[in-house]
Amino acid sequence: MAYAATTTPAKNRDPRDRGGEAQPLLMVKGLLKYFPVLGGVLNRKVASVQAVDDVSFDVAKGETLGVVGESGCGKSTTARLLMRLIEPDAGSVIFDGEGVGEQHGLSVRDMRRSMQMVFQDSYASLNPRLTIEETIAFGPKVHGVSGKEARDRARALLGKVGLDPNLFVRRYPHELSGGQRQRINIARALALEPRLVIFDEAVSALDKSVEAQVLNLLNDLKRDMSLTYIFISHDLNVVRYISDRVLVMYLGKVVETGTVEAIYGNPRHPYTRALLSSMPSMDPGKRTTAPALTGDPPNPINPPSGCRFRTRCAFAEGVCATVEPRLEIVADAERHAAACHMEIAGSGHTKAIPQLAPQLSGAVA
Amino acid sequence: MAETTLPGMVPDTPVASRGYWSSVFRRLRGDWVTIFCLVVLLAIILSAIFAPWVAPVDPYKTSVIRRLKDIGTPGFPLGTDELGRDMLSRLIYGGRLSLLMGITPVINALVIGSLLGIVAGFVGGKINMVIMRTVDVFYAFPSVLLAIAISGALGAGLVNSIVSLTIVFVPPITRVAESVTTSVRNLDFVEAARASGAGSWTIIRVHVLGNVLGPVFVFATGLISVSIILASGLSFLGLGVRPPEPEWGLMLNTLRQSIYVNPWVCALPGVMIFITSICFNMMSDGLRAAMDVRA
Amino acid sequence: MISYLIRRLLYSVPIALGVSLMIFMLVHLAPGDPISAIAPADAPPDVIERLKVDYGYDKPLPVQFALWLGRAVTGDLGRSVATGQSVSGEVMSAVGNTIMLSLCAALVGFTLGAGLGFVAGYNQGRALDKAATAIAIAGISVPHYWLGMVLVIVFSVQLNVLPAVGMGPGGSSDWAWDWAHMQHLILPAITLAVIPIGIVMRTTRSAVAEILNQEFVQALRAKGLSERHVLGHVVRNVAPTVLAVMGLQLGYLLGGSILIETVFSWPGTGFLLNTAIFRRDIPMLQGTILVLALFFVFLNVVVDLIQTAVDPRIKRA
Repeated sequence: MAYAATTTPAKNRDPRDRGGEAQPLLMVKGLLKYFPVLGGVLNRKVASVQAVDDVSFDVAKGETLGVVGESGCGKSTTARLLMRLIEPDAGSVIFDGEGVGEQHGLSVRDMRRSMQMVFQDSYASLNPRLTIEETIAFGPKVHGVSGKEARDRARALLGKVGLDPNLFVRRYPHELSGGQRQRINIARALALEPRLVIFDEAVSALDKSVEAQVLNLLNDLKRDMSLTYIFISHDLNVVRYISDRVLVMYLGKVVETGTVEAIYGNPRHPYTRALLSSMPSMDPGKRTTAPALTGDPPNPINPPSGCRFRTRCAFAEGVCATVEPRLEIVADAERHAAACHMEIAGSGHTKAIPQLAPQLSGAVA
Repeated sequence: MAETTLPGMVPDTPVASRGYWSSVFRRLRGDWVTIFCLVVLLAIILSAIFAPWVAPVDPYKTSVIRRLKDIGTPGFPLGTDELGRDMLSRLIYGGRLSLLMGITPVINALVIGSLLGIVAGFVGGKINMVIMRTVDVFYAFPSVLLAIAISGALGAGLVNSIVSLTIVFVPPITRVAESVTTSVRNLDFVEAARASGAGSWTIIRVHVLGNVLGPVFVFATGLISVSIILASGLSFLGLGVRPPEPEWGLMLNTLRQSIYVNPWVCALPGVMIFITSICFNMMSDGLRAAMDVRA
Repeated sequence: MISYLIRRLLYSVPIALGVSLMIFMLVHLAPGDPISAIAPADAPPDVIERLKVDYGYDKPLPVQFALWLGRAVTGDLGRSVATGQSVSGEVMSAVGNTIMLSLCAALVGFTLGAGLGFVAGYNQGRALDKAATAIAIAGISVPHYWLGMVLVIVFSVQLNVLPAVGMGPGGSSDWAWDWAHMQHLILPAITLAVIPIGIVMRTTRSAVAEILNQEFVQALRAKGLSERHVLGHVVRNVAPTVLAVMGLQLGYLLGGSILIETVFSWPGTGFLLNTAIFRRDIPMLQGTILVLALFFVFLNVVVDLIQTAVDPRIKRA
């Protein structure tokens, strides 16, 4: 299941498709959000938390993009920015070729029909006063579906997420287990027939056995309803299991991206290597030698200059403090890139490949 | 998938589960203290409404020869007041004005305060600041002082005391409504509703109101007791209705001069205020307990 | 902490201003021309004109407010329309009496309330708890002015052991700490004490119950600590919450004393207010309420600061 950009076969092409197969379903460019920090005698803005700082990535049609990183790295903020639950300070989001919230693009309201989200807290994300049926039918009704049709859709979706409609439609959230509630949340997200679903730590609070069932359900749903997923989690095993491609975030920045094989098999960024080495392995022979991650991430109010990971990196050098490493995505088969000076030719880092002099490279060519 | 169909996890019969209000009602039914208070209150309220049929005699009919008769005097089971009027009839009629003056301000304040609080809590930002800082100013007065200040400036009268008590109860209800709304607004289900593309009005109507009005309503029922004491207190100071209207606070005020003659008859109107206020308090407590789901 | 102190004080400035504005506006709430509230009904036109200029009512409202506020800040609250006395002088002497009564009531009410709350919290769900809770509900629900009357009926009319009205023998208003004066204080203080008992009791009860249900108390007991020492831990954890409520209740006592003072003819602010209302003495009404409300604002600041200082969990930078 872990092939790069698994595209939908042409025979069952989605009628909602606009940009064609090659057009990524979602293109995010330069997304940025700084939260003000208030303080002082007058409660003025004294600093800002750089929650999401210049984040760019693509999601191809039909793929599952995993997003990993420690808590506080900006994963959830990114999800909320995509849903426009928070207004971004800068950046553009292009959904299937149409700019979201732009003048001739897709309105935020229409975007929210095509893009849905499942939250972490299965209890807080269900209104305790509404029955399951009312909760699932709410979204379609907002978008003008008649009450009866919305209720029929709710019943059908309950069946799809593995809950008997006859047993559950009239129930209230507090009468259900965590796994059941999260299935309801999934059904609610699917009620608008979205093309992209964002899961923000959606299985993290569940028991391991229930988590596995829900993950399998997600795979089934994706296949049946030709969905695209963005799957946010701090659990590296879960991300490896469900994703096609992975985005590693650190302190509001994307530090590495690539296919699951590339990230888990050949991690390039020291942070990714440190994260993976903290992952328990079943094989005692597979003992990782990379330096373990120590300490907490630095304060996002005053992130380190240059490379943000340098304060915890074993390979940090002078250049890391002065120049910010860019993430250059190369269009090779693995679409693998790391924002690290060791990976950038000619960056000045002693472990980087020295830059070929232009005239020399010209001579070779 | 197996998780949900395991036997024993859910009842096998496809019964619709009980709604929120029916489970509240079921719990209230088992609480005999609350039931008892409810019965007493209903008796007082109904006899006030149907006073012309319930009261034995005319509450305004004075008599010079039978002033300040004892409790238990034949024909006057609760005695007579300083003008020879029948106490029982006056107490029954007195419930009309006392309850009106006590309950109306809370209802007014419930409407105004919920509106202000929900708007402040949901919109946030500058509007929240303007509303809540104004509320803070009203909070700088102890409630009795505020009621007397406004009543004192407006002058005595039924409408004036209702207005001043309304002003007293709007700030606390606004505060409760604002804080509940703010906490509800930050819950994921409101985010999820926004993510469904719902507008602010729909979200307030479907997701906020249902979760905010319950707690605010319970809080307001607790205020009725305070309101009844304050309303009668205003009349007791001569700031409420004017004589010869029967009203418990006013009756207490005029009878105060006669405590050396027939002390226990003079204390009777206060007993009525006490009983009404304690019953509202207990009922509010019972309601609060019954409405606390999560169990 | 210092930054918080400054911010808290700065924050109370707009509140105090708002309070002053509201009290200033009371005059304009009054039906009719504010002058008609001040001038005698049969005053000749030239007197009314002079009063208008005297009180500044000929100027636009914001100017009037600024002038009134400016005078109030310097302690000049105007003259009583009824007696011609300086308002601040009368208010100050009355405030003293009110504060004395409120403090005595607070002493009684807070001790009883906290004591009952402790007993109830320690005996959650048992008969003692239910009894204490019943007392608290009765205390909250009782019309205190009526309770004052009942106490007068019992102790003055029936038993004839305590005086019913006034502050001293023969209606004197000079206070002295002897039995002749103090027996006048007993009934009003007890009546007033009932106001905070219920709230203080409920707060203490729930705070104690919450602490006792926490794991650290079980850990203390598991370690074999005596109940007396456990109690010490409970008191220390409950204190900030209970102190805060007591502080606010002290403010409510000042307000609640108005009705009690009327019942017992105690020469405090309530009595002053009552007479001011009946003489339609608006400057006196404004002055009294302003002093009481500003005192309440000040009390709130003090409560906040004490709570911040006492409770290690509150970190206000």
